[in-house]
Amino acid sequence: MAQTKRDLLVDPLVDNNPITLQVLGICSALAVTSSLQVAFVMALAVTAVTGFSSMFISVLRNQIPGSIRIIVQMVIIASLVIIVDQVLKAYAYDVSKTLSVFVGLIITNCIVMGRAEAFAMKNPPIDSFIDGVGNGLGYGALLLVVGFIRELFGAGSLFGVTILPTVNNGGWYVPNGMLLLPPSAFFIIGLLIWAVRAWKPEQVEDREYKIQVVEGH
Amino acid sequence: MSDASNQNKGPIARFLAAPPDSVGKTVFIAVTLCLVASMIVSAVSVALRPMQEQNKLKDKQANVLQVAGLYEDGMDVIEGFSVFEPQVVELATGMFTDQFDAATFDDRAAASDPELSDSLAQDPAGIGRQSKFVTVYLLRNEDGSLDKVILPIHGYGLWSTLYGFIALEENGNDIFGLQFYDHGETPGLGAEIDNPRWKSLWNGKRLSDDNGALQITVAKSVPAAGAEHHVDALAGATLTSVGVDNLVRFWMGEAGFAPFLKNLKAGEI
Repeated sequence: MAQTKRDLLVDPLVDNNPITLQVLGICSALAVTSSLQVAFVMALAVTAVTGFSSMFISVLRNQIPGSIRIIVQMVIIASLVIIVDQVLKAYAYDVSKTLSVFVGLIITNCIVMGRAEAFAMKNPPIDSFIDGVGNGLGYGALLLVVGFIRELFGAGSLFGVTILPTVNNGGWYVPNGMLLLPPSAFFIIGLLIWAVRAWKPEQVEDREYKIQVVEGH
Repeated sequence: MSDASNQNKGPIARFLAAPPDSVGKTVFIAVTLCLVASMIVSAVSVALRPMQEQNKLKDKQANVLQVAGLYEDGMDVIEGFSVFEPQVVELATGMFTDQFDAATFDDRAAASDPELSDSLAQDPAGIGRQSKFVTVYLLRNEDGSLDKVILPIHGYGLWSTLYGFIALEENGNDIFGLQFYDHGETPGLGAEIDNPRWKSLWNGKRLSDDNGALQITVAKSVPAAGAEHHVDALAGATLTSVGVDNLVRFWMGEAGFAPFLKNLKAGEI
């Protein structure tokens, strides 16, 4: 696998997107995409955590004992998440209140562990950092797309700025309240995966079964 | 690696060259990593603590403004907050006290101070210890007469202690608003206590009936006392609703602000 640094950064955005191709990290994508501002902060937080955790794990990769490697990775990831949480509480208090428990849950985001185990344990620190940032951005890009759709059609605004004046506030737009509820993100992510795979058919997985034509009917 | 080449190296190089899976190295890595990680985390936490507390205070003041209906987006919270007159109330007598400076009195610290708090035998709100003194906020009209009074309330919901304020009109019986500023209830279910639509249900409700009996309740169906004492419970958040019901009734009852509200109605304050 001879990947350039640019590939490491750009690949996870569309071609190898952690959400649409690998279908990882869906849980938090449902919860934090009801408004763009929250999705944006969450994207930054996850990017920082994946980037730096991959880098630190890669620095230590030759010293980490195989028997406790997952725990070592978890300790590094958890420490970074706590730091991110503390910084958010100090500098972006309102957003951290909205994100509440989901910042802490970055620890359990499969993307972070996935990159640590699959990439950072086998590659040098700078490549690992770029790979982590790329995957964080791939996750963040999808969050922003979903957040854009949900906030625009669910609340008639973008980043809190009114775009479509809603009926409740004397406008004409009847907001679709379902888009503010988590299940709607399922539909949007599903449709996005469909769209991406229609655009890039090589992402479609092979069927695990094949319908066989049996003769004699 | 042969023994001969190992002897030429110092202790650190020898240690680094040891196979990562040896018992000594496993223990060493585990202990060192935990120590380093915990030091970094505590350093960050200590360094950012003052800023976080400033944010919390601002948030609390913004919530007092919101529950009194005075909050506007982008306003200067600290300046806006100065319209309130903080007073420390002794719950048992329901009178103001000068023992403490109302601007700096910390209700939450007082609740865990054995000198200033009582352990509760009857504890429907699930708070364990109750402070004997609490800070209330008075809002006055321009002529100095009382407009609203904002009382702090707290109690246990499903997962967490809910901290909030209730704003009462000058008669001490009509509710102007209720709002929680700190809780850890389930987002989307119990955390709907932050939903403006639900919060607006409290406006205009009455605590007690004409006989002075406490009737306010959060329930699924309208109680016998009538709709003016009833706030609809949250769908999908039964235990949070029960918690809110308990804590409002506790704080508005005899163990809470009832003596203070009686004084308020009698015009002694």
